[in-house]
Amino acid sequence: MDSDTEIVSIQNLSFSRGDRKIFNDISLSIPRGKITAIMGPSGTGKTTLLKLIGGQLYPDQGSVLVDKQNVHQLKRSDLYTLRKRMGMLFQSGALLTDINVFDNVALPLREHTTLSESMIRSLVLIKLQAVGLRGARDLMPNELSGGMARRVALARAIALDPMMIMYDEPFTGQDPISLGTLVKLIKEMNNVLGLTSIIVSHDVEETIGIADYIYVLSEGKIAGQGTPEQIKNLDSEWVQQFMNGHADGPVHFHYPADNYHKDLFEN
Amino acid sequence: MIRFFQHLGHTTTSSFAKLGRSFFFLTHTLTASASVIPRPRLLTNQLYSVGVLSFLIITISGLFVGMVLGLQGFYILSDFGAEETLGVMVAASLVRELGPVVAALLFAGRAGSALTAEIGLMKATEQLSGMEMMAIDPLKRIIAPRFLAGFIAMPLLAALFSSVGVLGGHIVGVGTLGVDDGAYWSQMQAGLDFQDDIINGIIKSIVFGFAISWISLFEGYDAIPTSEGVSRATTRTVVNSAFTILGLDFILTALMFGDI
Repeated sequence: MDSDTEIVSIQNLSFSRGDRKIFNDISLSIPRGKITAIMGPSGTGKTTLLKLIGGQLYPDQGSVLVDKQNVHQLKRSDLYTLRKRMGMLFQSGALLTDINVFDNVALPLREHTTLSESMIRSLVLIKLQAVGLRGARDLMPNELSGGMARRVALARAIALDPMMIMYDEPFTGQDPISLGTLVKLIKEMNNVLGLTSIIVSHDVEETIGIADYIYVLSEGKIAGQGTPEQIKNLDSEWVQQFMNGHADGPVHFHYPADNYHKDLFEN
Repeated sequence: MIRFFQHLGHTTTSSFAKLGRSFFFLTHTLTASASVIPRPRLLTNQLYSVGVLSFLIITISGLFVGMVLGLQGFYILSDFGAEETLGVMVAASLVRELGPVVAALLFAGRAGSALTAEIGLMKATEQLSGMEMMAIDPLKRIIAPRFLAGFIAMPLLAALFSSVGVLGGHIVGVGTLGVDDGAYWSQMQAGLDFQDDIINGIIKSIVFGFAISWISLFEGYDAIPTSEGVSRATTRTVVNSAFTILGLDFILTALMFGDI
C-alpha cells in the first residue's frame, strides 16, 4: 500500500507488559477513508494498540507512523499537534464528570482554538445534533445512559474535525437500540465527514457489518486479515472459533491447570 | 533469608522510584502552573472546593481548640497568679504551632483526601487519558489549578483557625472565668512579635500547604486505577500528610525559634 492511501502504518511492532509479550513483531496498515477493524479476544492488547498509535505508550521495538510521522519520535508539542487530528472514543466515554454535556463537547474547541463563544456554541450544537443529543446539552455526564455518554464522547471526538477516529470497544455493553444507533453513526461519520475509522472490538456481527477491512489479533500476532467476506471464509481454525464463538477449539475452554483427578483426590 | 533481602531490595528500589516520580511530577506541575493565569476561572473553582468548603470544619475546630486552651491555660496560669497573661498564652500557642499544624492536619483530611480520590477516579475512568488524547495536558488543566488552590487556601485557613481560636480563648477566659478584657488583648499585643510569631506561623502554613497539595495530587495521579488502588492512595495521602506536617513542623520550629 503506498503512503498516500495509508494513514497509519505499523511496522515490526513489539510491546510487552512485564514478562508478558502483548505484541510480537506485528505489522499492519490502515487505509485512509475506510473503516478498519481490529478484532480479537479480550486481553489481546487491542486497547494497547490504540494507545500505541496515540503515542500514550512506547513500543519495545518497531515503529508507528501516523500520517507519515513517527509518533514515538515526535517532540511533545508536535505529538500534541498530531493528536488534535486524531479523535479517540474511549470505552467509558471518558467525559469530564464535573462539567455538563455542552462544556464537554466545547472543551477541545476552547482549549485549542481562539473562536468566539458564540461560534463555539454553534459548533457544539452542530456536533451534538449530529449524534442526536442537542436536547441533552445541559445534562451532567452522570445523568446520561451508557449509550448517550458514548455519543457525547463521539461528538467531542469530532469537535476539531479530526482526520481519523479510534473507537475502543464502541459496541460493548449497549442495548440493541443504542447499538443500532452507534453502528449507524460510525458509518455515517465515515462516509459524510470522510474520516478514517479504526474500530477495536470483539463484537463480531456489528463489526463485520460495517468494516471494510479486518485484522484479527491473537497472542501477539495477526491471526488473519482481509475483507469481512475473506475473514468469514478464512482457513484458520482459530479465526473460525473466534468468529463463530465456539467454546472449545484452538483456544481451550479450560485455563491451564494440573490434572483434574489428581487435584481433587490426591491433596 | 534470600527472600527477605529480595523483598527489602524491591521495597527500597520501588520507594526511590516513587520518590523520583513525585519530584518529576512536582517540577511538571510547577511549570504547568503558569498556564493557569490566563484561565482564572479554573483556579477560583478549585479555591471554592478546597478552600471555602473547608471553612466550616476549620472555624468550628479553631473555636473549640481556642476554648480548651483558654480553660487549661487559665487553670495553670492562675496557680501562679498570672491569669492576666492568658491572652498571650492562647495567641502564641495558636499562631506559632496549633494554628498552622492543626489546620494543616484538618486540611489534609478534608481537602487532601478529596483531591486524591478525585484525581484517582479521573484516572480510573480514563478522563486523564482522554484529555491527553485530546491534546490537553491534564497537568495544566486539572493538576495545576488544584495545586495552586491548595497552596493559596492553606495559609488563609490557618490564619482563620488562629483568629477564631483567639476568640474562643476570649469567650472562655474573659466571658466565663473572669480574666480582665483589657488585659487579655493588651498582653497579647505586647507579648507577640509580628516577625517572630505571625510571619513564622504564616511561613509554616505555606510550607504545609505546598506539601499537602503535592502529596495529595501526586498520590491521586500515581494511584493504581482501581477502586482498591484509589482507596489505598487516599489513605496514604492522609497518613503521609500527617507525618510530613509534623516532621516539617519540628524542623521549621527548630530553625525559627531554636538556636540550632
